[in-house]
Amino acid sequence: MTGSARAALLAVDGLRVTVPGAGRPILDGVALTVRDGEAVALVGESGSGKSVTARTALGLFPAGADVSGSVVVGGTEVVGAGSGALKRVRTADAAMIFQDPRAGVNPVRRIGDFLTEPLRRIRGESKAAATARALELLGAVGLPDPPRHLRQFPHELSGGMLQRVMIAYALTADPRLLLCDEPTTALDVTTQAEIMAILARLRRERGLGMLLITHDLDLAAAVCDRVYVMYAGRIMEAAPSDVLIAAPRHPYTRGLLGSAPPLTGPLARLTPIPGAPLGLAETVGGCPFAARCPHAVPGLCDTTEPEPEPEVDGDSMVACLRAAELGASLIEETQGESS
Amino acid sequence: MTVKSPNLVSVAWLRRVGAMASTLLVTSFLVFSSLYLAPGDPVAFLVKGRSPSPEQLAAIRHEYGFDKPFPVRYWDWLTGLLHGDFGQSYQLHASVASVIGSRLPSTLLLVALATVLIVVLGVGLGVFGALRGGKGVVVAVTVGAAVPSFTAAIVLRSVFGVRLGWFPTVGTGSGFGDELHHMLLPAIALAITFMALVTRVTRAAMLEELGREHVEVVTSRGLPRTAVIRRHVLRNALGPVVTVSALLISGLLVSTAIVESAFGMNGVGSLLVSSVNHMDFPVVQAVVLLVVAAFVVVNTVVDLVYPVIDPRVRAAR
Amino acid sequence: MSSVTVSGPRPRFGGAAARLAAVARLTWPVRICAALLVLVVLGAVSAPWLAPYDPASGDLSSTLAGMSGDHWLGTDAGGHDTFSQLLAGGRTSLLGPLGVVVFSTVSGVLAGLFSAWRGGWVDALIGRVLDIMFAFPSLLLAILAVALFGKGLGAPVVAMAIAYMPYTARLVRGLTQQEKMRPYIAAYRVQGHSGTFIALRRVLPAIGPTVLAQSTVNFGYALLDLAALSFLGLGVQPPTADWGAMINQSQAAVLEGQPLSAVLPALLVVVVVVAVTVVGEHFGDRLSGREAKA
Repeated sequence: MTGSARAALLAVDGLRVTVPGAGRPILDGVALTVRDGEAVALVGESGSGKSVTARTALGLFPAGADVSGSVVVGGTEVVGAGSGALKRVRTADAAMIFQDPRAGVNPVRRIGDFLTEPLRRIRGESKAAATARALELLGAVGLPDPPRHLRQFPHELSGGMLQRVMIAYALTADPRLLLCDEPTTALDVTTQAEIMAILARLRRERGLGMLLITHDLDLAAAVCDRVYVMYAGRIMEAAPSDVLIAAPRHPYTRGLLGSAPPLTGPLARLTPIPGAPLGLAETVGGCPFAARCPHAVPGLCDTTEPEPEPEVDGDSMVACLRAAELGASLIEETQGESS
Repeated sequence: MTVKSPNLVSVAWLRRVGAMASTLLVTSFLVFSSLYLAPGDPVAFLVKGRSPSPEQLAAIRHEYGFDKPFPVRYWDWLTGLLHGDFGQSYQLHASVASVIGSRLPSTLLLVALATVLIVVLGVGLGVFGALRGGKGVVVAVTVGAAVPSFTAAIVLRSVFGVRLGWFPTVGTGSGFGDELHHMLLPAIALAITFMALVTRVTRAAMLEELGREHVEVVTSRGLPRTAVIRRHVLRNALGPVVTVSALLISGLLVSTAIVESAFGMNGVGSLLVSSVNHMDFPVVQAVVLLVVAAFVVVNTVVDLVYPVIDPRVRAAR
Repeated sequence: MSSVTVSGPRPRFGGAAARLAAVARLTWPVRICAALLVLVVLGAVSAPWLAPYDPASGDLSSTLAGMSGDHWLGTDAGGHDTFSQLLAGGRTSLLGPLGVVVFSTVSGVLAGLFSAWRGGWVDALIGRVLDIMFAFPSLLLAILAVALFGKGLGAPVVAMAIAYMPYTARLVRGLTQQEKMRPYIAAYRVQGHSGTFIALRRVLPAIGPTVLAQSTVNFGYALLDLAALSFLGLGVQPPTADWGAMINQSQAAVLEGQPLSAVLPALLVVVVVVAVTVVGEHFGDRLSGREAKA
């Protein structure tokens, strides 16, 4: 970490999470870095382990899981951490914005109680100070009438308004790292753009680092500096956003790009990835994507595990046995499509 | 958006109170007319087991107004109830109201003591069971719910009353301290089944809330575990616990009959049993009516205060 | 690098097939409870041949005897053999609740099915009637029935069946409303089947197992209520043997420090009710796809 100019807010290395009864680990050898002020995306299909990865940064592990590896947040090791270290991470270093704001806000308490609770209980602020801060934060996330919202109950607000409340809640920690777990998936399309705009503005104003979890590769590339692509609990490819879009090096990334509707041009170009994502009950002997990969070589990809190959600049990696030989042809495919 | 006009709230209240009044009215009619279900002439039924003089018979005929048509009799009885006149007890030669009134304090104390046990221990055990897990609480709940108050009474009396001699085995006691001493075993015997049910509901509701995302949200924000449990898990589990507890009230009141009989106490419950044995129907009618009324009133009150526990129902109304 | 294990319940995997297997798979507590029930029922059925003494007639030369070779479980204050009484008492103590459950299940299923199927004002009216019936606790209604019709088993069983009916009716109503929404019902309607046919031949079998599980649990509660009634001296009258009546007869002996003849039937009631509840809830939970919570 000394090699980079900016300090790492989040450094995950060799993270492996297993639960008994599952055929494969939920996470297997996950490594990723988010530096100060940097926006990083973690992209994958549902069940790929991206949410689990984000949650480990706050010491939230699946019940009954065996965890090994390292998750360092703001200089604090989270794996195996005691309650003191966990509390430091959760109250000062990182905060999370969850997918469904309806489920995320306690339905029986007022918005005001929800927002002032961490300020008063964790920071020991007075009631007046906490209320003033809550009003300021509600204004910062663009809610129209903060004093009224403080007295309202969650069911009296729309989903988009509640997600702003959730963002305000995360900001009560004054975090340096925002973990955003599909923050717009549960919202309607117009609201999605507003929420992303608010997040972008807050990040700019406050110099926050962000880890954005999403299944939308285009959104990830548009908002973030770098993208990690995840499949079946492993990182498949990582690269700066523009590089990843223009020149994907993993067949899975290529498949994700091909299966999203293009913003322009005819829809006939859509090519879905054949098959279904790997379930937790299935076991892996080799590359987890081998069964769905158009470039898989029998006897190689389904038996040998690909080792992650980092690039010299430290910002890119790919975990594909055929990355070197496929390289040029994948780029050609992609460019042929987007022309 | 929010509709909090006092006008609408009071309309909801009026509707609930109206429903309560109509339920009570139907109940009173059912209880009154049940007398006519009994085989034979109602007057003969009322004096069964006694050999009344012609004057007494005439007094009964007059009191129940058997010379008048049925609706008039019901109306007279109902207006009597509203004035606190429940008729005369044959067995005890006194007004039903005074007979019940003299026994009510002892029964209310028993029920109050049992309620404290049920709420404190029931909720406490439920919380413990949800947080510490373990099969122990599950087994205790299954067995506890199956321990009828007469079994509990027999065992408690036998062990703590007769064998160990720590508690009196019979009677109500005099003076508050002595009364409490007399009441403790009966209250425990009365409470066990209901405690188990409250424990079970509390545990299930807590487990359900513990798995909710809003609990993960406040946990991820670093709120201390005790605050998360108290302010988010237990607070949100309160709804089902209160609802179920209110439904248990009628069973609790009826069970005083068993416990008071088992411990030889002079309360409303044992009065009900002896009134059945002595065919003192006016007293039976009055006690049945009181138990049902208590159930209806308690559940209406819970209904009315429920929006404070869960504000979402206010919107649904 | 470090390694930790997170405490907490282990997650489960598997779909419908696994759930079916779980229904069929009996855990040890369930097996033991089922075996106990079979034993109690067999004992009650064959009481006339198994009982070493006549449960109705007491031997006044050996009252309040302890356990011995002559009287395996001792005798009560009237010299009745406790073992024989427990066997014979099982007949009334189990038949009563059975009657309650059969009556209340049949009437509750009909009322619930009809209410949910018709909907509209019929549903609203039946719902209101059920609400009022809920206000009458089963034991209170049974006591009222005794006051009106005299002591015994008949009147209380009918009264309790009426008191238990709303619970079954409400369950059936809820299940039927859910079932009514499912596409296969619309498919039957399109094919021209009558509403009665669909309700009785298609919906009822679909919700039947859940209702039966609930009725099994109700059996336990009815047993408790009827035993309580006998304990109060308002139910089955001596010399007919009954567990609740046995406890009632032996109360004085408890105060004399001879609790055996009261404690044994009291414990038997608890054991049978626990066994019935465990078996009923096992199938109820498994059938509705829930994991056993309590």
